[in-house]
Amino acid sequence: MITLTEKAAQHVRNFLTKRGKGIGLRFAVRTSGCSGMAYKLEFVDEANPEDLVFESHGVKVLVDPKSMPYIDGTELDFAREGLNEGFRFNNPNIKDQCGCGESFTV
Amino acid sequence: MALLQISEPGEATAPHQHRLAVGIDLGTTNSLVATVRSGMPLVLSDELGRPLLPSVVHYAAQGVQSVGYEAQAQQALDPKNTILSIKRFMGRGVKDIAHIEGMPYDFVDAEGMVRLRTAAGVKTPVEISAEILRVLCERAEASLGGMLTGAVITVPAYFDDAQRQATKDAARLAGLNVLRLLNEPTAAAIAYGLDNSAEGIYAVYDLGGGTFDISILRLSKGIFEVLATGGDTSLGGDDFDQRVFCWIIEEAKLAPLSHSDARLLQMRAREAKEYLTYHGEAPITVKLGSGEYVDVRLTSEVFTEITHNLVHKTLSPTRKALRDAGLSIEEVKGVVMVGGATRMPQIQHAVGEFFKQEPLNNLDPDKVVALGAATQANLLAGNRATGDDWLLLDVIPLSLGLEMMGGLSEKIIPRNSTIPIARAQEFTTFKDGQTAMAIHVVQGERELVSDCRSLARFELRGIPPMAAGAARIRVTFQVDADGLLSVTAREQVTGHEARIEVKPSYGLSDDEITGMLKDGFVHASQDAFRRALREAQVEAQRLLEATHTALSEDPQLLSTLERAHIDSCVGKLQAVLVGDDRRAIDAALSALNQATVEFASRRMNHSVQRALSGKTIAEIS
Repeated sequence: MITLTEKAAQHVRNFLTKRGKGIGLRFAVRTSGCSGMAYKLEFVDEANPEDLVFESHGVKVLVDPKSMPYIDGTELDFAREGLNEGFRFNNPNIKDQCGCGESFTV
Repeated sequence: MALLQISEPGEATAPHQHRLAVGIDLGTTNSLVATVRSGMPLVLSDELGRPLLPSVVHYAAQGVQSVGYEAQAQQALDPKNTILSIKRFMGRGVKDIAHIEGMPYDFVDAEGMVRLRTAAGVKTPVEISAEILRVLCERAEASLGGMLTGAVITVPAYFDDAQRQATKDAARLAGLNVLRLLNEPTAAAIAYGLDNSAEGIYAVYDLGGGTFDISILRLSKGIFEVLATGGDTSLGGDDFDQRVFCWIIEEAKLAPLSHSDARLLQMRAREAKEYLTYHGEAPITVKLGSGEYVDVRLTSEVFTEITHNLVHKTLSPTRKALRDAGLSIEEVKGVVMVGGATRMPQIQHAVGEFFKQEPLNNLDPDKVVALGAATQANLLAGNRATGDDWLLLDVIPLSLGLEMMGGLSEKIIPRNSTIPIARAQEFTTFKDGQTAMAIHVVQGERELVSDCRSLARFELRGIPPMAAGAARIRVTFQVDADGLLSVTAREQVTGHEARIEVKPSYGLSDDEITGMLKDGFVHASQDAFRRALREAQVEAQRLLEATHTALSEDPQLLSTLERAHIDSCVGKLQAVLVGDDRRAIDAALSALNQATVEFASRRMNHSVQRALSGKTIAEIS
């Protein structure tokens, strides 16, 4: 189960509208980065048949089955830090993460 | 902890590898920085949410300075050390700057670019611009949470090389990697996505705070070409404020104002102007320092009327730019509005009426240039979205040319031409019966081949033997979108062809290109002299060659005396030819020319007689 906070969902909807196409957000992990795993966020134009689909505040989040064990239960939030803004992950699975927040260990 | 952005499908980068790129609109009055975030270009604001950074730098005695709004506040208090509109001085010498006597600055007349003496020392426009860029760069790095890969900085389309180079130097000084300088009107067109739309002619109407620019662009195959530019460097939104200011004084019958009252009234005038963009009437109420009350109402009708001739003043350069481009109004496919002053309804109306179409105005006119620059920066930094088949707007950094007789360079494709491009020129043979031609491709701005960079040599063979100057050899230079140059030489009669491919910018660093450009300026007069000398030498050789041929073919047409005279002229010319006295060569050349005029006409008659003898009229016609 993947969820978005209301604020994150609102931003994703906004981006999708401005972009003019796309059916949702792909949330995935891949092996790279300083702590082993890294998050990946992409727009989705076409879903893959094996994708798991979650809907949260009207936004579709697509996850491939391989990524799921690492991120199950994660809540995506949209945060602002000073002038910077972007997505942040509250992932219950992680043991350790790199200071950069993009990369983590399960 | 970094915050992640959404990427295009399949484009997500590995951690720590986001290529952060920004677009910077380095304006005369205000500057902005923008980036592409989660696929959307947006302008980055400061901590207080203000998108604009006034292009103002204030220097203080301790060398401490402020940039932007804070510096702007010092304008009235410390005009000498508060530098406004530095863009007007970029790459300019003292004599290039208009109305210099009216400016509050302490100018230092130095070699090359103008310098300003401030409380913090003598500063060049490059250093002052770098201060503005540094603030924008810091803002961007704070907003994006990392080091910038690079920036696209916009410049007016009419900026010459010195001004562009100065802008690049300022960026380098501010620690920014310049991905590219982009023409402002082109950036605006990109922001509107015109680069992905139909090919055609577009006009960009840019009315800023203090300057007006009109640019006519042609989009073909994804590339914008600037066809013509025009404008008025002292016409902008501020003039509209001034008109309202004068109107208030007249309407309220005010006595001459104190300095602070005038500033207050100017601010109210500006507010009234902005209010009228969305309302039919603006109330203006001010309590002056003198104790007087001002309470007037400015209607949009009156506003339109008092600013009518200002609006009109933008239309004549527009008409002229169209004429320069050789176009009629009907050929313009779209009109892009840039600059905060284009929000005024009477401008929208006048431009719409002039071009007989609604101008594009749904993007914020203050931000549109920065947004376009950000889009371009994102692409150049390598954050390409799939399906975006952009052709990059690129230009040739140095002219490409050919070696001519006498070691002179003939430029075929001038510097700053957009690529892809193809240009052809016809050449001929130098000697009678010449059957081959050596083609030497060179790059550079200098007049002599020895000062340019040699790119390639090849030969065209199989030219049929003809008299000198009779053969027609068409040489075509073609540079494709990747900057690959191919040169083809084709003899027009036989169709014999030879070709070669070269990569023109290969091995030339930015520094070398800069050095070569500078050389071109430094040696301009020396080059011109050497060019004239070489031309005289080539001409002399050609005449000697022709005289020699004529003397060996028809010696019987000359008396001994005449022959001796010609021989002596030949001798004199040969003697001065090895020297570098162009006047002496010219004099000897014209003497030999004179001496052989009669001989040449006799040869002409002789050959006609020879051709005609023994033939009937019928055979000839």
